[in-house]
Amino acid sequence: MESHELKRIDLIFSNYTTSKYKVLERTLQRDPDEIINELMDSGLKGRGNAGFPTGLKWKFARRNEAETHYVICNANESETGTFKDREILERVPRKVLSGMAICAYCTGARKGIIYLRQEYAYMMEHLQNELNIFHQHVKEFNFDFTVEIFLGSGSYVSGEESAMLDSIEGYRAEPRNKPPYPITKGLFDMPTVVNNVETFATAQVIFRIGAEEYSKLGTPLSPGSKLFTLSGDTPKPGIHELELGMTLQDFVKEFGDNNTKAVQVGGASGYCIPQKLFAETVIGFEGIPTGGSMILFNNSRSMYKVLHEYLRFFTEESCGLCTPCRIGTQQLLKGVEAVKKGERPVSYIDVLIKLALSMKSSAKCGLGQSVANPFISIIDNFKEEILY
Amino acid sequence: MEKYQVSLTINNIPVTVEEGSTVLDAARKVNLHIPTLCNHPDLKVAGNCRVCVVEIKGQKELSAACATPATEDMEVFTNSRRVRTARKNIVELLLSEHNADCTKCYRNGNCELQWLASEYRIGDHVFHDLVKEQEKIPDTSSWSLIKDDSKCIRCQRCVRTCNDLQDVGTFSVIKKGKRQKVSTFLSKPLKEVFCIDCGQCIVRCPTAALSEKANYEEVWDVLETGKHVVISTTPAVRAAIGEELGFEYNKHSDLKIVTALKLMGFNSVVDYGFFTDIYIVELCTEFLLRMKQAQANEGSAKMPLISSGSPGWVKYAAEKHPELAGNLSDCKSPHQIFGAVVKSFYADKKALDPKKIITVSVSPCTAAKAESANPKMEVNGLKDVDFTITTRELARMIRQSGIDIERLPETDYDNLTQIHSGASVLTELSGGTTEALIRTLYELITGNELTPELLKIMPLRGQNGIKETVMKFTDVRADWDFLEGKELRFAVVNGTGNAAKFFGTLPEKEYHFVEVMACAGGCIGGGGQPIPVSAELVKARSSILYSLDEINGVKKSHDNSALQDIFREFLKQPGSEKAKEILYKEVPKVN
Amino acid sequence: MSETKTLIQEYIALNGKSRNQLLPLLQNIVQHQNYLSEEAMTEVARAMGLSPADVYGTASFYSYLSTVPRGKYVIRLCRNISCMMKSQAEILSAVSAHLKIKVGETTSDKKFSLVQANCLGWCHKAPAMMINNEVFTELTAPKAIQIINEYQQK
Repeated sequence: MESHELKRIDLIFSNYTTSKYKVLERTLQRDPDEIINELMDSGLKGRGNAGFPTGLKWKFARRNEAETHYVICNANESETGTFKDREILERVPRKVLSGMAICAYCTGARKGIIYLRQEYAYMMEHLQNELNIFHQHVKEFNFDFTVEIFLGSGSYVSGEESAMLDSIEGYRAEPRNKPPYPITKGLFDMPTVVNNVETFATAQVIFRIGAEEYSKLGTPLSPGSKLFTLSGDTPKPGIHELELGMTLQDFVKEFGDNNTKAVQVGGASGYCIPQKLFAETVIGFEGIPTGGSMILFNNSRSMYKVLHEYLRFFTEESCGLCTPCRIGTQQLLKGVEAVKKGERPVSYIDVLIKLALSMKSSAKCGLGQSVANPFISIIDNFKEEILY
Repeated sequence: MEKYQVSLTINNIPVTVEEGSTVLDAARKVNLHIPTLCNHPDLKVAGNCRVCVVEIKGQKELSAACATPATEDMEVFTNSRRVRTARKNIVELLLSEHNADCTKCYRNGNCELQWLASEYRIGDHVFHDLVKEQEKIPDTSSWSLIKDDSKCIRCQRCVRTCNDLQDVGTFSVIKKGKRQKVSTFLSKPLKEVFCIDCGQCIVRCPTAALSEKANYEEVWDVLETGKHVVISTTPAVRAAIGEELGFEYNKHSDLKIVTALKLMGFNSVVDYGFFTDIYIVELCTEFLLRMKQAQANEGSAKMPLISSGSPGWVKYAAEKHPELAGNLSDCKSPHQIFGAVVKSFYADKKALDPKKIITVSVSPCTAAKAESANPKMEVNGLKDVDFTITTRELARMIRQSGIDIERLPETDYDNLTQIHSGASVLTELSGGTTEALIRTLYELITGNELTPELLKIMPLRGQNGIKETVMKFTDVRADWDFLEGKELRFAVVNGTGNAAKFFGTLPEKEYHFVEVMACAGGCIGGGGQPIPVSAELVKARSSILYSLDEINGVKKSHDNSALQDIFREFLKQPGSEKAKEILYKEVPKVN
Repeated sequence: MSETKTLIQEYIALNGKSRNQLLPLLQNIVQHQNYLSEEAMTEVARAMGLSPADVYGTASFYSYLSTVPRGKYVIRLCRNISCMMKSQAEILSAVSAHLKIKVGETTSDKKFSLVQANCLGWCHKAPAMMINNEVFTELTAPKAIQIINEYQQK
């Protein structure tokens, strides 16, 4: 597994004040296929967490002929420990809008939607002002594309792309059956690209510096850099752009409090990595991917409480649609409580692990499947703390 | 357009299916059973329960067979270790959310979850019991349904049925996560929200989360009170009850059921068909009177006349189409006419005190339970129908009585009701009331014998949502000369799910008669019929009724000689004062 | 016409009544009336041609579309892991004691409701709280109470 030292990067938030949509203007002169090829060359993968190659997504959507296409920016950032999309939208919204416009140009969309979580409603005015400026520019570029903000009403599962479509259409945010994927049949049945805020902003960066330059960063499987949001037991909480492909050891050396016993990589749906695995864990698609959330726990923390909190979160935020996620999350929570209290034998943990694996293989959407990640990784590594 | 074929393998068995088929379809084609729960042939694919997960080569996670399109070269495994483990876990999870007190359950023995539990040998309840005590108190506020949340497994078949098939919208999925459940508006009791009592949710519920409000225990009790208990069964009930009792309908079934009912202690068994013939003749009279009045004085009588024999539809219309109130027929439904005639004419003939008669109606319909509770449905201050039980309830009574129907001799119906027309049988099918009406109308208007091609009006048959036909009468009798050469348009709305579509466009087209049945297929597909149900089963049951019409020598309601007797001796003539008193639910809007 | 009906009809006159207007309309009502009353949901259903159960089922999915009465100011205390690690529990009990209400309740003057939220997106400045759309971070119990007192004056 390839890895390299921790390196701070400054691409997402840099070169902004002077930006008057120059990158967008330039890119709109280019051939859409060529743009998509460049994006594919850059190796950019979705920055939400799922890591689907962005160029490929755009390519598929472009290939699907339809009356119209949609571009949706996923700003339902609800994964615990993540706040990068909020920072991006506050500080560099034009990069996001440029990314969306380029995507629209390539796929034939005339309408874009930013699905903004309710918690970020405070920035509505700011975003609306930015949209006005943006719309003036695209008009000057003779490009017919408008973006609207759709305010989510408070739902974690809305972050799942097909659930987000249902939400925009006015329904409960419940994941759809796939296939068909949104790129084939998305919003109002039209081909739709849904990308994360950071993905669109990164696309703008790529078209500014070029795929070649960008893909020099990171590793072959995880090219580029990304934003990491740090919280928990760290003297440096906040947002840091780092080159992908560092080891967790280097990461903790830089950001830990010298007492780090575990890092939760990727939020509630991510993995808990204990100290003994820091050295061999690479942050990136070859190792442990993350949508950005990095929560550090030092030796004073009870991992039982951590696990308990994640499970509680899932029992409330599961959409409830499919059996494994709706009931499975409740059983995992009740199960660990019962073992802790001695109401169930220690061996019940094995039943729960089997259940978690079943949930991973049979839940309807990626979020339900991912409940097993924190569950198994915390129990595997901190069994004593969980049991007694 | 010819569809592409795709070839795949399931458990290494090659199979070719049409493009667009699901993995589940493909498995069924090679007779491989994949268990399902949220899937139902009449409903949109959901993919919620995950019981049908299968392994597809090259895919990291399992896929729901019901929701995954079959594709070329796909390799599917339906019984791998991973699949079995996941499936067993899913069934265990569902049981943990379910009040699995099976021995006490109404659906014990006919429960899809119970079957799965048995198939996967779920012994101990591994997981924590998640059923809350308060959920164990069922909602019994409705006349027709009981909703027991402790049995609900959130498959949402009822939600899809109520919204997509029936367009009623009583149920919805509410909240999320651990609080998610199927409920009503603000979780109010059923009697406080709009529900048409059609029971289509019941026949599609895999468990006993929804069941009919059973009245058969009361019927058992009344059989021991010494009162004169009269029971009526409908053709739809008799055509389907074998599905519950394990026999196939044949030409002896009807009269064997009469014997069974006698053995169970009913004093008298009457045939619903007789009462339906009265209904058709009366409906025909109402129709002609309205036509005449509309002709004489534009706007004085609302046209089209819309049928009101389906109580689910009547409730639907009242809520969603109040503007149609004046169009709805004022005749009671055949179900109520049964009770009203038994407590008047029949009592007279048998020299019985109507107060000492108990009428029991066996109906394919759950809405009939609510209908008979309506205080308007009375005759001389007595309830028309005292107890309404469903096909399923009757089957249960027969099972409890230990009777083997097939071994019984035949017994005739009560002598007053032994004759019914083929037309009367059709009224329990979508389009059938209209066909029956046309048979009588034709002869009344023209005075000529019905032409044979009118005995099978094909555009009115089948499962289309909206059906219609046009009739032109020539050479009419003097009374009806205003109908000479006039085109009369008849429409059939097959299920309330099609009502919005039809009545939305009504003003543009002139219709004279519209038949609406709440349930697709008509009463034969009613909410009181055996479980399971599917469009295919409804079709099979329907063909029994069509053949009963074909073999019946009396084709038209007005030709029923028993009916002629009751009019001669008792009701005088259709539309008479006596008829209005007994056969109408309201003072008729048109006299 | 009731205030609620007017609100709904004005919205529909402006935006139409296609299904995708449902969530924005419900948000609009919550903004004006703090929650979705039975009347509001019934009216929305009628105006949009939906069943009341459907409107309720959709609304009750979303945390911010309350179907139970809420105060003018909804205090949302983040309860997620990062906030939990920074003693959000202490803030919760201080606020709860100060307002004399438990989580999920509303003060008798209908001014404040107290709820717990799943991640507000301010983990690096935990613990965090929102009052309606306004965000407050790096809270301490006294700071939270001071903020609430300021709202009390509003």
